[in-house]
Amino acid sequence: MLEISDLSVGFSREGRFARVIPGLSYSLRRGETLGIVGESGSGKSVHALALLGLLPQPPGKVLGGQAIFRGEDLLTVPEARLRELRGGQIGVVFQDPMTALNPVLTVGRQIAEPLMRHKGMTRRQALDRATDLLALVGIRDAARRLSQFPHEFSGGMRQRVMIAIAISCEPALLIADEPTTALDVTVQGQILDLMAELRERLGMTMIWITHDMGVVAGIADTIQVMYAGRTMERGPVEAVFASPRSAYTWGLLQSLPHGARPPGGRLHQIPGQPPDMFNLPPGDPFAPRNPFATERCHVEAPPLRQVEGSVPGHLAAAWYDLPALLERAR
Amino acid sequence: MNPPLLSVRDLRRTYRSRAGLFGSGLVTRAVDGVSFEMTAGETLGLVGESGSGKSTTGRLVMGLEEPDGGNVVFAGTDLTAMTPAQRKPFRRRMQIVFQDPYAALNPRMRVGDFVAEPLLVHDVGGGAAERRDRVAELFRTVGLDPAFMQRFPHEFSGGQRQRVGIARAIALQPEFLVADEPITALDVSIQAQIVNLFQDLQERLGLALLFIAHDLSMVRYLCTRVAVMLRGRIVEAGPVEAVFADARHPYTRALLSAVPIPDPVRERGRKRLPFDAGGYTFPPGAALRDLGSGHLVLDGA
Ligand SMILES: Nc1ncnc2c1ncn2[C@@H]1O[C@H](COP(=O)(O)OP(=O)(O)OP(=O)(O)O)[C@@H](O)[C@H]1O
Ligand SMILES: Nc1ncnc2c1ncn2[C@@H]1O[C@H](COP(=O)(O)OP(=O)(O)OP(=O)(O)O)[C@@H](O)[C@H]1O
Ligand SMILES: [Mg+2]
Ligand SMILES: [Mg+2]
Repeated sequence: MLEISDLSVGFSREGRFARVIPGLSYSLRRGETLGIVGESGSGKSVHALALLGLLPQPPGKVLGGQAIFRGEDLLTVPEARLRELRGGQIGVVFQDPMTALNPVLTVGRQIAEPLMRHKGMTRRQALDRATDLLALVGIRDAARRLSQFPHEFSGGMRQRVMIAIAISCEPALLIADEPTTALDVTVQGQILDLMAELRERLGMTMIWITHDMGVVAGIADTIQVMYAGRTMERGPVEAVFASPRSAYTWGLLQSLPHGARPPGGRLHQIPGQPPDMFNLPPGDPFAPRNPFATERCHVEAPPLRQVEGSVPGHLAAAWYDLPALLERAR
Repeated sequence: MNPPLLSVRDLRRTYRSRAGLFGSGLVTRAVDGVSFEMTAGETLGLVGESGSGKSTTGRLVMGLEEPDGGNVVFAGTDLTAMTPAQRKPFRRRMQIVFQDPYAALNPRMRVGDFVAEPLLVHDVGGGAAERRDRVAELFRTVGLDPAFMQRFPHEFSGGQRQRVGIARAIALQPEFLVADEPITALDVSIQAQIVNLFQDLQERLGLALLFIAHDLSMVRYLCTRVAVMLRGRIVEAGPVEAVFADARHPYTRALLSAVPIPDPVRERGRKRLPFDAGGYTFPPGAALRDLGSGHLVLDGA
């Protein structure tokens, strides 16, 4: 369905240049749900924007790679073709609904427009469908809400408008960048059910970018953990949650709160500062913050490869053997 | 019991939209009689349905919007009765982190200047060099490289922007902070860092925090009390453990049953309790009733 190979993206500023994504590869089967988690600033959104031809260039630049979607390379198809795919076969939920929605157009018009463009509906049909879609994402009084403007919606309602637009044309691929951060967990649950239903009915493939480990645990087949523009670990969710092999993945799972706070307690946080992409250390970018780092981690970047003794497709970029080290530390 | 630092009484705000395509305009009672109190050093979690009025409550408390009714009393002073000019001295003591970090930033201002702005406006932080150091320190505190001070908002990832908003809000060491979904765009390690920071500020400076959030595991961990909103009203409130262990309102129960578990095996076996938020009618004359030790539930539940 989607095959990304060696996607590389850089940003320049004030004469300096940073490769924020040095070469990302992964592929998705039809109907698969990929959950991408990772460091804030690790290139999750930038990689999605690059796939969609929406990277601001300059200062950004796609330096190379391929992204084959149903036989076409998204990185080289003409802009007109991309526009046709976006909102049609590829649905998108942007991280920032307030900037992605047009503030001076009614919500109804913004949902109806792609339906008219991609599905050839009349205005009337499109508005009727927009009402159904708003109701489907759990917005009450949908018909009357259509004539409101984005600023009259709450944060979570705007996110749901984005979701309604993204699924309106029944896309083959949905790229959703933190689509449910502003939703309460009951509404979020409804949205996730809706996604499962679309996946069942249409074979929809999903890339779901999130920081919510619980959501990933629930909907993703595969989890991909990113740090400094690289995939640190990737694999079936059960395998990765049960036995993480990257110290970064492990650090993330350690940071989650469990139950009530003991008096004076503090959450575990990964020591050190996030990397400066303009000045990355050699070797494994996580090494300076990794208590398990070996000599080699500081000089040579580990390749992403199959984890020995785990299920096929469980990949990690690590020179060290995390389960053994954790065992020893106990 | 300490005297309350903040006391919110029967706050109300209704929005009226102009009539649209489909006839009559829409009247939304966004906040419909909300009351709560907070003491210094306390963290109140405000949770609830998307669109239930949490952000509106935050803005009303901050005086960023005028309520249609009710009052907000801060440190013994009724802010709702004051003119904007009279409120100015309170601005420094009360701060907000907005839900939408991008909309809150000024796109044409370097983020370092944006964080420094409150220091400048309230004339604290000394000369330019001192102020720069202070801002650099704030950047480090929220996990941002001080080199980022020179950048503009569009050059940031979502979570980096969110942290710029937090740095600005804590710059003046406020006594009271509304944090509207302050950590949703952050990876979980940085979430932990920010939550630890909030706790430090509470222990060191007695910060009172109104924490608006959807992450109920974090609310349980961080907050002393929690209030649950549904359609403009608080339906349940109380000490966090009391509410989590013994939720009484059907909406609270449904909410708690929907919290995702970060474990694929358990998460896939979890069942959500149904609750029809739209069809639910508030019992006539319903009011919050105390079940003892401050655990309040809307009558009739
Ligand atoms: N317009 C830009 N100019 C310069 N740098 C940019 C620009 N946009 C993004 N970046 C940088 O690219 C890197 C990747 O950003 P990206 O938005 O992809 O992060 P992310 O993984 O989505 O993070 P988050 O979880 O915080 O949303 C970050 O270091 C960011 O600062
Ligand atoms: N400026 C406005 N004009 C009209 N209606 C508004 C306005 N601001 C908010 N509303 C409405 O008020 C209600 C409450 O919105 P609010 O933003 O307070 O919700 P919230 O609880 O913060 O939701 P979320 O969790 O989704 O952010 C919603 O129905 C919203 O549509
Ligand atoms: Mg992002
Ligand atoms: Mg809100």
